[in-house]
Amino acid sequence: MKAPTEQDLIGFVIHEARLIDQHRFEEWLDLFADDGHYWMPLEWGQTDPRLATSLMYDDKLLLRIRVERLKGNRTFSQKPKSRCHHVLQTPQIDKRDEAGNEYVTWTPMHYVETRLDEQDLYAAWATHTLSVVGGELKIKLKRVDLVNCDAALRSIQLFM
Amino acid sequence: MGRYDGNAAAVHGLVRETEVHRDVYIDREIFDLEMEHLFANTWVYVGHDSQVPNPGDYYGTTIGKQPVMMVRHSDGVVHVLYNRCPHKGTRITIDTCGNAGKFFRCPYHAWSFKTDGSLLAIPLRKGYEHTGLEQSHAIKGIAPVRHVKNYRGFVFAKMSDAGPDFEDYFGESLSTIDNMVDRSPAGRLEVAGGVLRYMHNCNWKMLVENLTDTCHPMVAHEASAGTAVEVWQMMFPGSNKKPAAVEIYAPFISPYEFFEKMGIRVWRNGHGHTGVHHSIHSDYSAIPGYFEKMVAAYGEPRAKAILDENRHNTSYFPNFTVKGPIQSIRLFKPIAPDRTLAESWTFRLVDAPDMLLERTLIYNRLINAPTSIVGHDDLEMYERAQEGLHVDANPWVNIQRLYDPAETEQETAVINGTSEWQMRNQFRAWSKFMTLSL
Repeated sequence: MKAPTEQDLIGFVIHEARLIDQHRFEEWLDLFADDGHYWMPLEWGQTDPRLATSLMYDDKLLLRIRVERLKGNRTFSQKPKSRCHHVLQTPQIDKRDEAGNEYVTWTPMHYVETRLDEQDLYAAWATHTLSVVGGELKIKLKRVDLVNCDAALRSIQLFM
Repeated sequence: MGRYDGNAAAVHGLVRETEVHRDVYIDREIFDLEMEHLFANTWVYVGHDSQVPNPGDYYGTTIGKQPVMMVRHSDGVVHVLYNRCPHKGTRITIDTCGNAGKFFRCPYHAWSFKTDGSLLAIPLRKGYEHTGLEQSHAIKGIAPVRHVKNYRGFVFAKMSDAGPDFEDYFGESLSTIDNMVDRSPAGRLEVAGGVLRYMHNCNWKMLVENLTDTCHPMVAHEASAGTAVEVWQMMFPGSNKKPAAVEIYAPFISPYEFFEKMGIRVWRNGHGHTGVHHSIHSDYSAIPGYFEKMVAAYGEPRAKAILDENRHNTSYFPNFTVKGPIQSIRLFKPIAPDRTLAESWTFRLVDAPDMLLERTLIYNRLINAPTSIVGHDDLEMYERAQEGLHVDANPWVNIQRLYDPAETEQETAVINGTSEWQMRNQFRAWSKFMTLSL
């Protein structure tokens, strides 16, 4: 793949959200690089995922565990299943470093997760750090900063 | 006129030897009486003194439903004050923590108070001359919680004069806090890493009971812990070295026998712990450099004795639980009969390697976060119970497993790890402290 265009990066982020909303989790996992992470900080402006608590800091193993669990016959918190819905602003390109193979986008979004009669609305910013790996764009890090990251939250069972 | 207020016999009647009435979980009047009596007559965990290291530092929280603040006074002593201006009722502080400087100043009318709560100044004070202000409630300043104890950094408070003193209330159960603090080579803990706050639509007691319920992990957590082990084996076939996350998840789906042999110890006043002989925390990998630090601090025999304790969950009645081996605590804050805020806190062991903090943060994130798959498994069960209890056909919840009629005469015991004695122990204490001042 040649260096991704601005439109490639924007299209990637929008496609990623669509895969989650459509529960196409296998395809979604394939978007992550093997050493990719999904990070949801607990603190406002958090810089350290290691010695400060996070809501999520999943490597691909942990993400795959979540995806497999969602399918499980004895996953009672997913009977019935949760649904979710993303509304994204147009992703903005914060970094295009072709030489370093690093591309960063910043995407404000609203995310709704529902199950049974409960519907929760979250506002967040998604920061994608992407690289071209094996000719395809892959997620090295997806960071989701909730506006109310430190609030008393209800269960979040899917992915923002 | 309620059914329970002023009627100790009716409250006692909710707790039978082997079952409890659903009203302890779903009834509004019982909840209000818990706030008025149970949370007043017992020693409730407030916070850790490392959250207020300097004079003027405060930390805001609740005891039962009442807002309080823990504050370090100029003499270094930690006080617990009701977070209410004696003038008009305004909460003095609204942020969780901060520093008041030399005094609190109410943001509404600028009445000011020393950090022990005593009144410092009132603007335009001459307007109160000859009004009898000295006889008012307002002149007394910010009311302190009457009984406060700082035990090795853990600050507890009891609002009422009724009920036992601190040592009598906790007795031998303090050995769990001792062990957690002793795990620091310096003998000190510091709150670190941030607090996970997870809102549950269920009664607070369901969370407390769950922590000594050893017959649910292999069932309710098959979805999370079971899947975790399967996925790991699928992705890394033949691997023996479990990643930290799998090391944490895997013991949750240990067979019944593991939990039976783990043992439970009960103490009086509703305290108790799982994991007398071993626990889900027993087989974590050693952290390089830690044992050497412990030996240097305590000598080898004592260091070994400290680290050989692997208590699973220690339940401090009414709503505080401790995991010594991973230096973490949970506090279940009652909000309504069907609403509870679960707070999960972690500590740094002063002078120990950072990896110990890192491990407890991984545990907290994987098990206790609103995004935790193990948390999702549990919450689903609590909330289903909260709904199911509205069925009139059977108003009783069973807590009969391994019941022995002689157990009521025993204050402390070590028993089979799948016994529900500790749940019965909690409800006997519940009955006692609910009615102490009813």
